[in-house]
Amino acid sequence: MAMLEIKNIHKAFDGLSVLKGVSLSVEKGDVVAILGKSGSGKTTLLRCINFLETADDGELVFDGETVHLHNASKKDIARIRKKTAFVFQNYNLFRNKTALQNVTEGLIVARKMPRAEAEALGMKMLEKVGMADKAASYPSQLSGGQQQRVAIARGLATDPEIILFDEPTSALDPELTGEVLSVMRQLAREGMTMLVVTHEMNFAKNVSSKVVFMEDGVILEESKPEDFFRQPKQERSRAFLRTILGEEASPKQEETV
Amino acid sequence: MNERLIRILLESFPKILLPGLTMTIPLTVISFSLALVIAVVTAIVQFANVKVLKQIARFYIWVVRGTPLLVQLYVIFYGLPNLGIMLAPFPSAVLVFSINEGAYCAETIRAALESVPRGQLEAGYCVGMSYMQIMRRILLPQAMRTAFPSLSNNLISMVKDTSLAANITVMEMFMVTQRIASRYYEHLALYIEVALIYLLFCTVLTRLQSWGEKKLSSYGAV
Repeated sequence: MAMLEIKNIHKAFDGLSVLKGVSLSVEKGDVVAILGKSGSGKTTLLRCINFLETADDGELVFDGETVHLHNASKKDIARIRKKTAFVFQNYNLFRNKTALQNVTEGLIVARKMPRAEAEALGMKMLEKVGMADKAASYPSQLSGGQQQRVAIARGLATDPEIILFDEPTSALDPELTGEVLSVMRQLAREGMTMLVVTHEMNFAKNVSSKVVFMEDGVILEESKPEDFFRQPKQERSRAFLRTILGEEASPKQEETV
Repeated sequence: MNERLIRILLESFPKILLPGLTMTIPLTVISFSLALVIAVVTAIVQFANVKVLKQIARFYIWVVRGTPLLVQLYVIFYGLPNLGIMLAPFPSAVLVFSINEGAYCAETIRAALESVPRGQLEAGYCVGMSYMQIMRRILLPQAMRTAFPSLSNNLISMVKDTSLAANITVMEMFMVTQRIASRYYEHLALYIEVALIYLLFCTVLTRLQSWGEKKLSSYGAV
């Protein structure tokens, strides 16, 4: 049975339909790369799963438990959020908290973990992403790549079943994407289930176990990465790959993964 | 300046400063503290879009900001007795100043809350925090840091506004000065003297403000 199943999500903003019936199932240990042009609905899909947006229709089946996305109760929302972590494009670290406090905040406040225990766990998570030496730094003192790694540590600390990544490297300077991608690769190796909206084709090709291609609010293609990049089934997937890989041919990008 | 005038100024200085320390400052500190409480609640109610309470908050701010402070003092102190409600001068002044200042500070804090990026709230939700937890631990601290210079401004204004309490018989600095001035007929010198004492108070506050701004830092930003 799939760990997470998304059924028929619909979402419109001010009458503009962004998701038109998206369904997707994710197995434990899957690393799903969601690709597509901007405006195709990838980010909205991710945000609906975590209730950062309220979908107009659709269902979520998480560990066999069905939650309706449009009228989920506060309790349901809290339960789903507890099982998931979310990594934002622009990190969204708490600006008034140090790196360590960013990781421990949710543990102490939301999960009532004793401070000492939370701090020990927090340091372990920061070590995992190579940020232990910056534990006392505030976000404004860190580079984008460092902030994103702290954000990943914050997500990991709550022991999620799945991590949702919303274009985790898009706001970074090209030379900083590598450090974040290598952390994500390590997580994938350890068997973490991940749903990754990304423009990093090399990550999708080499790390993901499944590629989902979205356009205009629907999933056009769902394939193994080797199939998607070698012989995409849809004409539109081919067109997308031509544009993207054309851009990616610049030497700077190839180094990153 | 003749000797008599110098003597009057020297003798009156402690007489004016004393009510400054025992009236003006307590009036300001108490009223401003209450104003901040009112302001935080009023700002959050609006920011969080709480039904009904938000309308009440808007109405409160509209009325308070749209009427003169002096008139508000008169309504409470001279007007309420018509309804059988009699308040002593000092409590009347505290009531009016805190309600008045609360409305202005509420707008400052609301604007500061709105300047906190939405992602801070979303990140809080994603680590499992409730709205009020995020408000108290993430949004409000950031907003108060942003609002600090403006709130200091409000505080400095309030020190001077307390002179209006003379109109409702609060024995604060200005009231005392008026009495001394009319006894000696040295209005110019004595009013300048009290003005300088207000200036002294506000200078101290200005210093405190810059010290506070440094102390609060911007969470690591220089």
